[in-house]
Amino acid sequence: MAGGALTGLTIAAARDALAGGEISARELALAHIAAIEDARPLNAFITETPERALADAAASDARRRRGEAGALEGIPLGIKDLFCTEGVMSTAASAILDGFVPPYESTVSRNLFEAGAVMLGKLNLDEFAMGSSNETSHFGPVENPWRRRGGNRPLVPGRPSARSGAAVAARLCLGATGTDTGGSIRQPAAFCGVVGAKPTYGRCSRWGIVAFASSLDQAGPVARSVRDTAIMLGAMAGFDPKDSTSVDIAVPDFEATIDDGVAGLRVGIPAEYALDETPGDIRALWEDGIAWLRDAGAEPVEVSLPHTAYALPAYHLIAPAEASSNLARYDGVRYGRRVEGADLIDTYARTRGAGFGAEVRRRILIGTYALSAGYYDAYYLKAQKVRTLVARDFDDAFEACDFLLMPTCPSDAFAIGEKSDDPIAMYLNDVLTVPASLAGLPAMSVPAGLSEGGLPLGLQIVSRAFDEETMFRAARSIEKAAGFEARPGPRA
Amino acid sequence: MAVDTDTVRRIAMLARLDVPDDELAALTGELAKILDWMGQLGEIDTDGVVPMTAVKPMPLRRRADAVTEGGMADEIVANAPEAAGPFYTVPKVIE
Amino acid sequence: MSLIEGQSGAWEAVIGLEVHAQVTSESKLFSGASTAFGGEPNAQVSLVDAAMPGMLPVINERCVEQAVRTGLGLGAQINLVSVFDRKNYFYPDLPQGYQISQYSQPIVGSGAVEIALEDGTTRTVRIARLHLEQDAGKSLHDRDPRRTWVDLNRAGVALMEIVSEPDMRSPEEAAAFMTRLRAILRYLGTCDGNMEEGSLRADVNVSVRRPGAALGTRCEIKNLNSIRFIREAAAHEARRQVAVIEDGGAVEQETRLFDTGSGTTRPMRSKEEEHDYRYFPDPDLLPLVLDEAFVDGIRATLPELPDAKKRRFVDALGLSEEDAEVLVADRDSAAYFEAVAEGRDAKLAANWVIRDLFGALNRSGLAIADAPVSASDLGALVDLIRAGTISGRIAREVFEAMFETGRDPGSIVAERGLEQVSDTGAIEAIVDAVLAGHPDRVAEYRGGKTRLLGFFVGQAMKASRGKANPKTVNELLRAKLDEGQGRDE
Ligand SMILES: [Mg+2]
Ligand SMILES: [Zn+2]
Repeated sequence: MAGGALTGLTIAAARDALAGGEISARELALAHIAAIEDARPLNAFITETPERALADAAASDARRRRGEAGALEGIPLGIKDLFCTEGVMSTAASAILDGFVPPYESTVSRNLFEAGAVMLGKLNLDEFAMGSSNETSHFGPVENPWRRRGGNRPLVPGRPSARSGAAVAARLCLGATGTDTGGSIRQPAAFCGVVGAKPTYGRCSRWGIVAFASSLDQAGPVARSVRDTAIMLGAMAGFDPKDSTSVDIAVPDFEATIDDGVAGLRVGIPAEYALDETPGDIRALWEDGIAWLRDAGAEPVEVSLPHTAYALPAYHLIAPAEASSNLARYDGVRYGRRVEGADLIDTYARTRGAGFGAEVRRRILIGTYALSAGYYDAYYLKAQKVRTLVARDFDDAFEACDFLLMPTCPSDAFAIGEKSDDPIAMYLNDVLTVPASLAGLPAMSVPAGLSEGGLPLGLQIVSRAFDEETMFRAARSIEKAAGFEARPGPRA
Repeated sequence: MAVDTDTVRRIAMLARLDVPDDELAALTGELAKILDWMGQLGEIDTDGVVPMTAVKPMPLRRRADAVTEGGMADEIVANAPEAAGPFYTVPKVIE
Repeated sequence: MSLIEGQSGAWEAVIGLEVHAQVTSESKLFSGASTAFGGEPNAQVSLVDAAMPGMLPVINERCVEQAVRTGLGLGAQINLVSVFDRKNYFYPDLPQGYQISQYSQPIVGSGAVEIALEDGTTRTVRIARLHLEQDAGKSLHDRDPRRTWVDLNRAGVALMEIVSEPDMRSPEEAAAFMTRLRAILRYLGTCDGNMEEGSLRADVNVSVRRPGAALGTRCEIKNLNSIRFIREAAAHEARRQVAVIEDGGAVEQETRLFDTGSGTTRPMRSKEEEHDYRYFPDPDLLPLVLDEAFVDGIRATLPELPDAKKRRFVDALGLSEEDAEVLVADRDSAAYFEAVAEGRDAKLAANWVIRDLFGALNRSGLAIADAPVSASDLGALVDLIRAGTISGRIAREVFEAMFETGRDPGSIVAERGLEQVSDTGAIEAIVDAVLAGHPDRVAEYRGGKTRLLGFFVGQAMKASRGKANPKTVNELLRAKLDEGQGRDE
């Protein structure tokens, strides 16, 4: 198989080819290493680890010869640089962590490698996963491999897992790990025309993942098919006694049921997700999605999630508040960069002032303000109460339906720099992904069509807590009906 | 409520973030705008609503009391920007 | 209650304590690193303690049990739901940039401690709360002229912060409270109470007022690690505040440090900018939920505590209040006494423990745990006295030898031939010799000066090198002296 054919495989297809002895893990790794070299202008990786990839591949081929193949045996993956990887620089795309080499491996990446995965390198992201566009990395923005029809202006891949989305879309890896705090897996997946799944909060361990907002952060897969994300999540997920918020329940075989279809299921259509500003092409795609599911035997029901509009401001209080505290440890004492000042306090302030980028500083300040004396009740506590109401909305909706269908984003990918000077405009991008994050529910984006500008659009599925199986079944039904085949064209 | 530059300076000090004077005004404006936008939460009646603590209500798991970690001083200070033997070092603190 | 005499009249000190007690456990509150004292720098530090990116806390069950046990020991309310909060501030010995503590929902609510005062009265000091929190690391300021060195071995060790109400009215009461609290913790086995190693330390809040007036402005004196320092710091601070007010000034609310050399307090030099700890529930943890069965299980294993023990020593063993208080003040002392008293005369045992053993320990600066005389050996000594094998006087000599050599009393008595002579024939010979040697005194006695009996007893005991049974000596002397006088009294 030629390199292009190898990088174009799905995880499932590569798995079968590896199992059948048609290809080796080494060939697969070499093809991806070459693709990554060619795609350096995309800036998708912060750290490439080709030697590690070849060593992993050799070990994988050896295991396979011994008949010990794991679920992801020989599959080359990109690891978002928010996951700490033992002996490999882990930066969260921040200057403040530049050069940090963890002496430990995050539980999720360890799970993947124990399942046989091959590491290609560490994927770029927005600094500390903060941003909606992947423009805030210390290591430069990631470009979306897609271009608007008739245009050549670089586009944002959207959200922190952006690089994950971009790298998967650009055929630089078969799959990637992402983390989703307010939509950072789903949104870039939508913008880049790939599949991204955020499991229920507590399904994947947060141990070893650089924290952004602890009560929201959740790891998940980004890949090129629903089946691939199901395979990956199966390997990533699992109870971890090192994470007090990890839930001790069995991980089902997600892949086994993805083709069970949606016949007899009720699909909830939340009225509040039709925003005034939602463009026509996205509304039309949503209608298509409903029709596809109806054709597959599901019953559409209208549901209401009345607090949807308040989810976004609540999120933008809770996440920065937690982040302001989570990021206090980056003080230039134990790791990362230090900027020496006149005294200790000045050293802290300079280290953090220089080490964090503008968006991270902005969120730390908002979070610090929201928690400070006199404002805690009005902001943070209020937001956590609103969160309860948002979660309750979903509980009520799931009385009437089995899963929800809505667009992933209110627009297609925007141009790099287009929105970054107006924070609220950028925050509004998250408006459709944040509610499920606040409620901790499983949610995924599946590419379903192109915008008028020729850019990918995603549809989002949300299911009940720990019912990822229904989410995957619904997403698979959409995938089959949509027949989304488009992929980014050659770059001009 | 109004956020002024003094407030931002105070918050920046609490957060140990150096904010250059020439960025202060712009930052104050942005924060004021964001906080103003968040003010819409005040429209919702949350009386008697319990703030959310966990997606799936479950008890806090407790681990057994056993020594399972430690003895890795070298690794603990390996990434430090400055160290003296096994100690971290910082600019002198006066109590 | 002791008042402070100022130039303008009497003042009253109002004192409250915030005690930090290190929980007795093998590993830290939220990590598996060791809590042992005195390890190599940063060798008892886990990735969690060093706040490496992505590290998460998992709570130690033993620490939860210890907090509940302490709460029960303080007669306090146990909160079945409590919450861990983050207290945010920057300091090099606080790697996370926040301390995990409990703010609005502590694990233990209000309780009380009874303290016995010198004048024999008691006072109740109310406990406001007890919560679990992480200790900080250690900053070493004297190793380098330009740098502070940081060792995180202590970082993350579990502490119980026990907060009293401002119920104490003198430095002595503050010291008595700390003494009794320390005893309770040691009885419970929840804190070793080792103040030199920092396992137990207190912040003392002091204000002064005219007796009975409204509370004055308080100052907090940080981190006192001995009971003497608590007393001295409180005394100095109260006098300082009186002087400030009498000079026409006002006490400023501030945090102060105690200088052990000069015995004075001074404001902390690093006046941090305003404190704003931005407490919020730690999203890495869930609420700590306990069930009644868990609490009852701990309640069932509570040991007898000082107050109950004291009552029993007085009511059942017949000890005096004072002796009972001395014995129960320390768990090891009480246990030692009980071992000595087991199956023996409790009052005699108490005498030997308090007068002789404690006296000897004091003189040699030893703790009861290091006593060279074991409780069973001291009990054996009491048995020797009771059996009449040795006299009380000889027993003191034997005890000294035991204390010096650590040997048992039986072998010392045997080796030195100190057995009491109770053989009537042998004693009669001595008595006869004494009477024969002092005919004039015999005459005086017989003439009515019967208090001379003591003289003869002394002479006889001396002649026997203390070994004669004093009872037999007495009986024989009386018989012989009275006999010679006739029976016609
Ligand atoms: Mg204090
Ligand atoms: Zn404390």
